[in-house]
Parts: sequence; structure tokens; C-alpha cells
Amino acid sequence: MGINAAELLVHVLIEEGVEVIFGIPGGAVLEIMDAIYHHRDKLKFVLTRHEQGAAHEADGYARSTGKVGVCMATSGPGSTNLVTGLAAAMMDSSSVVAITGQVATPFIGRDAFQETDTTGVTMPITKHNFLVMSAEELPRIVKEAFYIARTGRKGPVLVDIPRDISRTKLDDDFPIPKEVSLRSYKVTLKGHPLMVKRAAELIASCTKPTLYIGGGVVASEASEEVRELAERCNIPVVYTLMAKGAFPDNHPLCLGMGGMHGTVAANMALNTCDLLICVGARFDDRITGNPKEFAKMAKKIHIDIDPSEIGKNVKVDVPIVGDAKLVLQQLLEILQPKRHDSWIEQVMDWKRNYPLTYDRSSEMLKPQYVVEVMAKLTGGSAIVVTDVGQNQMWAAQYYPCSRPRQFISSGGLGTMGFGFPASIGAQFGNPNELVIAFVGDGGFQMTMYELATAVIHSLPIKVIIFNNFYLGMVKQWQDLFFGSRYSATSLYGNPDFVKVAEAFGAVGYSVKKPEELQPTLEIALEVKDKPCIIDCWIDPDEHVYPMIPAGGTIKDIILPPQLRHRKQKLLEQLAAAYAAAA
Amino acid sequence: MASERKSQQLHTLSVIVENRPGVLARIAGLFRRRGFNIESLSVSTTDDPTISRMTIVVGGDDATIEQITKHLNKLVDVIKVQDHTGEDVVERELALIKVSCEPEQRNEILNLVTIFRASIVDVGADTMMIEITGTEDKINAMLELLRPYGILEVARAGKIILARGSKTT
Repeated sequence: MGINAAELLVHVLIEEGVEVIFGIPGGAVLEIMDAIYHHRDKLKFVLTRHEQGAAHEADGYARSTGKVGVCMATSGPGSTNLVTGLAAAMMDSSSVVAITGQVATPFIGRDAFQETDTTGVTMPITKHNFLVMSAEELPRIVKEAFYIARTGRKGPVLVDIPRDISRTKLDDDFPIPKEVSLRSYKVTLKGHPLMVKRAAELIASCTKPTLYIGGGVVASEASEEVRELAERCNIPVVYTLMAKGAFPDNHPLCLGMGGMHGTVAANMALNTCDLLICVGARFDDRITGNPKEFAKMAKKIHIDIDPSEIGKNVKVDVPIVGDAKLVLQQLLEILQPKRHDSWIEQVMDWKRNYPLTYDRSSEMLKPQYVVEVMAKLTGGSAIVVTDVGQNQMWAAQYYPCSRPRQFISSGGLGTMGFGFPASIGAQFGNPNELVIAFVGDGGFQMTMYELATAVIHSLPIKVIIFNNFYLGMVKQWQDLFFGSRYSATSLYGNPDFVKVAEAFGAVGYSVKKPEELQPTLEIALEVKDKPCIIDCWIDPDEHVYPMIPAGGTIKDIILPPQLRHRKQKLLEQLAAAYAAAA
Repeated sequence: MASERKSQQLHTLSVIVENRPGVLARIAGLFRRRGFNIESLSVSTTDDPTISRMTIVVGGDDATIEQITKHLNKLVDVIKVQDHTGEDVVERELALIKVSCEPEQRNEILNLVTIFRASIVDVGADTMMIEITGTEDKINAMLELLRPYGILEVARAGKIILARGSKTT
């Protein structure tokens, strides 16, 4: 009788543990869709309203569960619509598998109907991709795709399947490979013992250490090891946007997020420490500012699973290639407890005297207040997904997180429109958890069509729109550096988001004054069977502070207006620290 | 001084890859988007039809070469990368050189060709084409000696190398 390759594909997907696929069908994937139809009891296909939505949903699913997220699109425009989502997953090392249809093999390269060179287009934005040229290799390729997506430094993998391959019949008992073995892809997991020993020596002899943790800690599930290291050796912890939640915000040693919009304590610690322990982070420019000036007094240990990240932006003293969890375990085997009382006192001093702050006495609705109230009402336990811009930074600053994979945000690519669909993916992956999406009016409009998907699947996501009728973050830069010349940043003409919600069958609320906020949020939190939009009209002149301008150094930090009088003291402490180290 | 010169040197990398469609495009794409500079590139299958060998000559300082090597290794289709710069290897390039040559000059050019153990592969009314294999230096030397006659066209194939003895490349 035989089964066609599309059927075999679905068997492999089910074997790989796939439970949901986000996508849109089309001509090139009809056989695959039919095979999915035969297995719809095991595999749910979530029809989205644009493939970009599907890609972000698969990504949000992956980031919030640690599993591989799967999206599917047809050839041509379907595949190209995945590009932004794949690029976002690539930049944040997210485990996504994209399955795309392609025109039949005899038509490839002839400008056929709905043909695009998908593997060519996605080559720079995927960890790897495949164009399947024979049905026999399809099962092996799909297994390899999942293996590559979820191992080593994770990343998106695309499998492009020509339609005639999907249709090809194979034997009923065509074997699916049990194991994947790639001679050209080997991951180093354990750290070199000599390097580990050197790192331990540096930790033992330092006086002012700082832990700098990134997305790799989440990917490696190394939260426990980070905590043990921080507590045993009395080291304060700075996290990147990608690692928020990996070290609890309310832990006494937590200094908060570092970088461009990070806390003063975090940035001062990073720049005046004598030992920087980087775990699963990549010295990205949002953290370092000018890399030549970043943490220049510190010796540096860099633990990362990707050898090409070590030494890429910043030279380090002890490079350790390996899985963060395993390497930290190796370190913990030989590290003795120690204290750094005066250093801790110093960083706590910074925490106390330079907190995140805003004008709490204002009569206007402040975005920071919105996040604080939501955090209070949800006990800090919701899954928080953000879009990109000011909304993202305020959510990162004011919603305290305590577990990895609790905070989902497009860090590396900074993709507007990511937030809402990613929250849909997160809800699918965590059906019993409360999921909140903090978005801006600009980013929300890019993917709000996915309200349809959320309503159809009864997802009770709370979408909080920081509505300032501007592209907020760009406006902030125009305020600070371009004399408030608002060149194309006004979102005058925004739709009424409450009506948009209702048009899709969701529920919408509007909050224009601070006193309306809590009651409205409380009502919204009671809605259990459909998404809720809460359109919050926030103060359009509010800026994100602190801010270290791009390419700047800690000396250039712009403090919130309430703390500007303390900047001189900060500069003096910096000067003293540099002088002492010289 | 000497170390400076070394850090600006061209490096010869031997890259063993899976012989799959698109591998060359992947590597070229990698170099393009990371801003790495390819001086020359040669690729062909090996005795094992599932494996291809690429010999790439790249320019850059030590830090850049390290990044290039690491990024090449990251590619799923790349099996092994080795930097053979400064090592004891046999390296060869091939060039076809078309020179302007009047009938009375043929003997002189023939002399040069013999000295360089090259060969003449085409003779025309007023041209001659020379085929020469050897190290990059040898080919450059030949070119310089032929220059006074008038070089019309040159086609050079990328450098290939193999390690001496039983060492793998």
C-alpha cells in the first residue's frame, strides 16, 4: 500500500513530542495538512492569521516551555512571511522548527507559482536549514532538524519540503531512524578542567566580584547552580533581559537588569568590579555600551556553550566553553565559601540610593504604575511577555520575576509585534498559567490580527497596551538627541483598541486615569475564556530611565529626574574606583 | 615587527565539509555577513564522495582569524577546520598566462618556461599561453618576468594544500 512522505513527516513530529503546530496552509503543504488531519487527535494545528504570527507563537511556546516550537507555512509568500519570526528566534537562540512547503522539484529554480528560494533567504537567519530532495531522507532530516534546534546553542531550523516529495509513496514500514548522529555537529558540554581551575582561583582571590548572567543560564537550566554560586561565594548578580527570572528579583544579592536601561547598582557593579563572571551571556552592546570601556578594571571569566562568542566583543581572561549548568557544577565542586562584606555593602548602597523611580505624585497614568499594580494583583507569578520599546523596558524594570522562562521578550532582534503572538504561544504551552502581554500601541498594531487566534482558542491572555499614541522609544530618542523633532513617530489615528477587541470577539477595557487602573485590572483578571485588552492611556512624555546612551559608558548614565542631583556622587565613586585600581 | 607582520598575514585554512548541495553558498554567505575577507577559495570532492575539501585563504589579524575559524566550525555541515599557516605543507596554485609574443620572441619565452618547469599550451600569431603550477611565489615570479612582454590575460586557480607525511590536513 505504502504511505506518503507527508504521513511519515507527521509520524516523526509526533515522535519528537510535538503537540501543536502554528501556521497557515497552502498549495505546497496540502499533503502535509491532510496527514495532520488524519492525526488531529494527537497534533493540534493552530491556524493563525499571518505566518509572522505563527512564527512568533512557535517562538513564545518554545521560550516559555523549553520545548521545540513548530510553525508551518506554504511556499513563496507563506515562507517569506516567516522571516522576521525566524530572525527573532535566531538572535535569541530559541528552539524553533519551521516546516515549509516548496514547489515540486522539477519546478525549482524556474520562477514557478509561489516559488521562493526559501533555504537561500533563510540561510543567514537559521541555525541550519534543509531542502529535502528525496522522500527517503525526509524522516532523517526532520529528526536532525529537531536535534539541531534543541542542542548546543539552540536556534531555529527550517525544513523545506517540495510538494512532489510530500506526495512520494514509501513502504508502510519505512524505518524512522532511532538516533541522530551528525559527524559535523558536535557540542562541547563539559568545561576544560584547567580553565575551570583557573576560574576558581580567580574567584577565590577576588575582592569585588559580579555575576553577569544571560539567556544561556535559562537554556541550560542553570538557575540553581547560579544561586548556589552567588550565595556560597557572596557574589551579587546582574542579569540581562534574556535572563530575567533566572535569578529571583527579590533575592538580596540581585542587582537587577544591567545595560542601557538597567539599574544603577547593576551597571556600577559591572563597571567597578574586579572580577566579572559571565555565564551564558554574550557582551551584547546593550549591556556593554562602548565595549572598550566596559568593565575595564575587571578580570573576566566567560562561560558559554558557543565558542565563537568568547572573545568576539570583549577579550576575556578565562574562557570556558561548555554547558552553563555543567560548568558551574564543575566550579562548585572546588569552590570554597567566602564573603565580600565591604563590596556587598557598596552595591547595596547603590541599590538603596539609586532605585528605579518615577513621579508617583503625578495625576497622569504612569506606565511604571501600571506594571506595579499588575505585579501586585498577580503576586508576581504570571508569565510576562513583552513587545519591544518603552513598554518592554518598563515591564522588565517593574515586574519582579522569580523563575526562568517567566519573562519572555525579543531581546536580540528587538522585534516589534513579537509580544502578543508570543503570549499566545506561551499560553498554549502553559494552559494553566496566567499570561500577561505588555505591549505598546505601535507594536500591538503590527500583529493584533492574532486576536482572532486567541479568541477562537479561548485564551484568557491579558494584553496591556501602553498607549501613548507614539512610537515611544523612538520618540524618547528624538526628545533626548533630536530636539524633540518627532519625525514620523506620532501614532495619531490609532484605532479604538476596545472596539478592535470587541470586533474580534475579545473583551476590551480602557483606562485613562490612575484611579481606574486597579478596578479595571481586577475585572480583567476575572475573564477566563477570552483574551482581554486593557488600553492604558499613559503619559506620553514619560521616558525610560536610567539610560546609558548607545556607545556610551557608565559615566554617561542619565538618571531619572528625581535622582539627578546624585549623579555627581556617582561620578566621584567611579573616579575613586578607577584610581584605586590603577 | 615580526609579530605584527604575522598578525596581518594571509592565513590558509583547510575546511572539510559534508558534500551536500549549498555548502559552498553557506560558507560564502558566512564570510559575507561577518565581513571576513576571502583572498582565494578552492573546493572539490575528496576521495570520499560524501566529503569535500575547501582551501580558503583569508586575510585579517589574529582575532579575526580566530573568529573565522570558530564561525566555520559552528556551521552544521563543517566537519573540521584547520589553520595551516606557517606549517609544513605542500601548497600549489595553477595559472594560465596569455602573453603577447612576436615570433622572434618565442625562444626567449620558451627559455623562461623551461626554467620554471612550466609548459606552453597555446601558440598564436602574436600570442603564447603558458600553464604553470607551483607555489604562489613561483607564479608571481613568472608573472613578473613575463610582464615586459605584455601580459594579456591571467586566470589563476585557488590555492590547494596538503600536509606532509601522514599528518591529516
